[in-house]
Amino acid sequence: QLPTGLYKKVLVILHDSVLPYMNEPTLMMDFLTVAYGIGGAISLLALNGLFILIHQHNLEYPDFYKKLYNLLDPSIYHVKYRARFFHLTDLFLSSSHLPAYLVAAFIKRLSRLALTAPPEALLMIIPFICNLFRRHPACRVLVHRPGGPADMSEDPYVMEEEEPSESRALESSLWEIQSLQNHYHPDVAKAAAVLNQSLSEMEDDISGLLELSAYELFDKEVKKKAVDVPLEFEQVRGLFGKKNDIFAEHFSLD
Amino acid sequence: SNPFEVKVNRQKFDILGRKTKNDVGLPGVSRSKAIKKRNQTLLKEYKEREKTNVFKDKRFGEYNTKITPEEKMIRRFTLERQQNYGKKNIYNLNEDEELTHYGQSLAEIEKLNDIVDSDSDTEERGTLSAELTASHFGGGGGLLRKKVSSEQQDEEEEKPKSRKELIEEMIAKSKQEKQERQTRRESALELTEKLDKDWKEIQTLIARKAPKSERKDKEVEKPKPDEYDMIVRELGFEMKAKPSERLKTEEELAKEEQARLQKLEADRLRRMRGIDEEANKKRPSHMSADDLADGFILDKDDRRLLSYKDGKINIENEEGGEEEEEGGEEEEEEGVEEDNENDEESQEESASENEEDNAADSHSDLESDLESEEEAAGNKEEKKHKANESESQNMEKLEPEREAAKSELPYTFAVPESYETFKSLLAGRTIEQQLIILERIQKCNHPSLAVGNKAKLEKLFGFLLEYIGELATLDLPELRTIDKLVLPLYNLCQMFPEAASDSIKFILRDAAHDLEEVIEVKGRATFPGLDTLIYLKIISLLFPTSDFWHPVVTPAFMYMSQLLTKCRITTLQDVIKGLFICCLFLEYVCLSRRFVPELINFLLGILHISLPKNQAQGYTVVHPFTPVGKNLELLLVCDKEDLKSWEKQNVPLSIVTRLKETSKTEINHTRLSCLALCFDLIKKCAALYESLPSFHEIMHPVRILLTQHVPVNDYPEKMQEWYHSALKELENKVKHYTPLICEKKKPVPLKQYTPKIVKVLEFGRKQAGSKKEQERKQLIQRHKRELKGAIREIRKDNQYLARMQLSEIMERDSARKRKVKELLGSLATQEGEWKAMKRKKWKN
Repeated sequence: QLPTGLYKKVLVILHDSVLPYMNEPTLMMDFLTVAYGIGGAISLLALNGLFILIHQHNLEYPDFYKKLYNLLDPSIYHVKYRARFFHLTDLFLSSSHLPAYLVAAFIKRLSRLALTAPPEALLMIIPFICNLFRRHPACRVLVHRPGGPADMSEDPYVMEEEEPSESRALESSLWEIQSLQNHYHPDVAKAAAVLNQSLSEMEDDISGLLELSAYELFDKEVKKKAVDVPLEFEQVRGLFGKKNDIFAEHFSLD
Repeated sequence: SNPFEVKVNRQKFDILGRKTKNDVGLPGVSRSKAIKKRNQTLLKEYKEREKTNVFKDKRFGEYNTKITPEEKMIRRFTLERQQNYGKKNIYNLNEDEELTHYGQSLAEIEKLNDIVDSDSDTEERGTLSAELTASHFGGGGGLLRKKVSSEQQDEEEEKPKSRKELIEEMIAKSKQEKQERQTRRESALELTEKLDKDWKEIQTLIARKAPKSERKDKEVEKPKPDEYDMIVRELGFEMKAKPSERLKTEEELAKEEQARLQKLEADRLRRMRGIDEEANKKRPSHMSADDLADGFILDKDDRRLLSYKDGKINIENEEGGEEEEEGGEEEEEEGVEEDNENDEESQEESASENEEDNAADSHSDLESDLESEEEAAGNKEEKKHKANESESQNMEKLEPEREAAKSELPYTFAVPESYETFKSLLAGRTIEQQLIILERIQKCNHPSLAVGNKAKLEKLFGFLLEYIGELATLDLPELRTIDKLVLPLYNLCQMFPEAASDSIKFILRDAAHDLEEVIEVKGRATFPGLDTLIYLKIISLLFPTSDFWHPVVTPAFMYMSQLLTKCRITTLQDVIKGLFICCLFLEYVCLSRRFVPELINFLLGILHISLPKNQAQGYTVVHPFTPVGKNLELLLVCDKEDLKSWEKQNVPLSIVTRLKETSKTEINHTRLSCLALCFDLIKKCAALYESLPSFHEIMHPVRILLTQHVPVNDYPEKMQEWYHSALKELENKVKHYTPLICEKKKPVPLKQYTPKIVKVLEFGRKQAGSKKEQERKQLIQRHKRELKGAIREIRKDNQYLARMQLSEIMERDSARKRKVKELLGSLATQEGEWKAMKRKKWKN
């Protein structure tokens, strides 16, 4: 009923400037549920108000986790409200009473989507997943399955399934994180390699990682002092003069 | 010593192998020693405790180290003279004072001048007269013998000679001998002088060099070396030249090269895995690539040059060099003028050639309509371009002229201090000349030649980078020049890796900072200019991109990732720049096979914008591409004609800076080329990432898009080939999943209670701990011992002092007692006397 821009603005401030001052916050219930159902960025933003209603005002929301699960799509790693969304998701998934299949489905989906994520998001999501493993030891089969079938021709997990319980996540393994061990960013590769070993008991603190920006990462790398600088040993023959140079095939110097 | 003074420390048990120092002591002796020492030091101090007199050394300049001893002596002497000037002894008639030399009066020396000075004869050095040696070193034997002989003579001559006479006689004899020797020497001198005179006369007649032996005694002034001599000498030197190493055969060279490359490759692999960074750091001699690169060769070259200059043979060479240096500036100016002339000529010529070219092109028009279209579209541009090319062609044609110009370049260059001077140095020169200039700058200022050269050349790297950037930002980017300039850049980088990495990092930081600012202000970013792209490409040439972490490459990765995720794509140029960065990414990771999500996302987005709208099903595109909205169909080509006439062409990089004046067909062709490039990149990605466990998940959206949405049948045949090869590469990978298994933890060993056994190598010394720990313990122990000793000494000092004070007091008291006694005694006698007197009185 509202234009998108206004909708977003309202939702951004709703949880801390409107809801606490209302006599009957439950009146916002309908508004928020509708907003949550719209999808995309608006749903992400509605999550915050909804959380307050559920948490403090006893709102019973059917299929809440299913909807949350379906909110996850490749764009969540790229949008502006990433930090806010993952902060809330962390809260929702912090309960240790959640069924293992649900958490496994979340883990699997998050890591599947991580295959398209930029490094700053990856540095946040990998400790996030590690924390989920710590809270829900039943999910560790995803990274450690000693007696499983030797070879599979297909990943059992069904990405397209909307119902987490039907996604067969618990039968799968986290090959995505294994792929990320080959990521070009050294920190990401190191973080992903943590899952190779058995995890430590303590949870990682991800609050500092939520707001990480690409520029900060770059700045950190540039400021590192190197002891020595390794050099290319192949003699240069020109701008595109390398062996099997891709550029020489497709670009010309004119 | 006295056995009663010896104190023996008896030991209860004898222990084998233990050395004891203090088993026997002499307490009496050591005590008396200590007391004596205290008497000399402490007692003196004690006695002088209330005295404030200080000894002052007023000798002139005694503690002044700045004055040399001789000067000091002179100054002191003058002071002395000044002080004595007024106080003249009135009785001293002999006005002039005694002259001295080294403290001895000269008058006395004069008296003694007839003493035989054996050192003074230069000719017969070391051969002393027999008599002298006999008298000096014979230990009186000579004299004794003389005496014997004199005794024998005694019988003949009745007068016996006394010892004094004998000595006098000896002195007279030696005097005579000396005189004789002097006359001999003088005559010899005369003779040689005469000989020299004769020789000079003869020399004028025969201009020939005298044999060395003749010239040795007296050096005649050196004759000027004539040509023949020089040739002879040169030949002589050449004969002496050392045999060089055997030239290596081609096989050996190849083998060496192979070994070197293998080693470097192994090094690279180690860094790529990034495992043993720590171990690497600890290794003292890290074999870096720069050890074996060009710097060394340069070094050798320079040395040879230097030795040439040093040699006497190459006087002409040196002179020539100097002349050139002297005339260098003038010649340089001339050279510039001539260059300008050359340029003008070549421009004229190129103009004429351009026409010819156009003619030729018009011929080719007939052959293919494709080119004609291109021609029609960007005629102007083309012309400029052609002019440029033909210019370079001209230069090639004018080979000998260029050679001449090259020879006119000055041979020595100072490293420019600022970028402006650097630019002016290279301005107006051809590529080849620029290269030569750079090479000469490098050679003339090699770090081994002078101290400051390193910093200068490091600066040069920065200038060169800036220059390249400027060339790339020109309206007509001079990419050919950059292509050549990369070589000196590489050489400089090999020489100064740290400085090079710093300056490149600086550029990267600037670029990233700009990007961040634009994002903050506008909310979205645009792709940077061609210069940044070129810089990124240069990084891949200068540094190994496969390292796990690299000070330059890793930030470059981050920057490129930002470019691909943050920059909005609105024009065809953006697409080309993006694809260029994709190529860069692929090149960076082609050896290490690292996974770059941004690359796949971008390629997917590119494919997406090549499709008609409203088809996004089964896949999702991520930032910066949007499933709906503006800037879609950027690569969509609908024109059937253009589709047909398309042929795969390399995309010219200059298109990035100017595109507006090209025709629609050409744009369409460029689009298709981009698409083909995209297909090829997908194929390469697929080949690169096939080993990743979730390869199929990564490529899933691309595969869906390729198989379900791309209108293959509309594409020209060539494009279909590209498409199919890409798809084939994607599809024929086996799906293969093995469940993950964690690495097993190392089991923590149980605690054991067996005692720890330590080998004892030497008794009496603590063994445990490392070497450092042991040293520390030793130090602590020594400190303790010293402290104890010092305390003991202080205690003994105090005892000694107390003893002294006591004895003083006792002395004082006894003296007082004595005096009192005396007084009392005297008083008593006085009293007695007085009483006696009184008694007498009474009696009387």
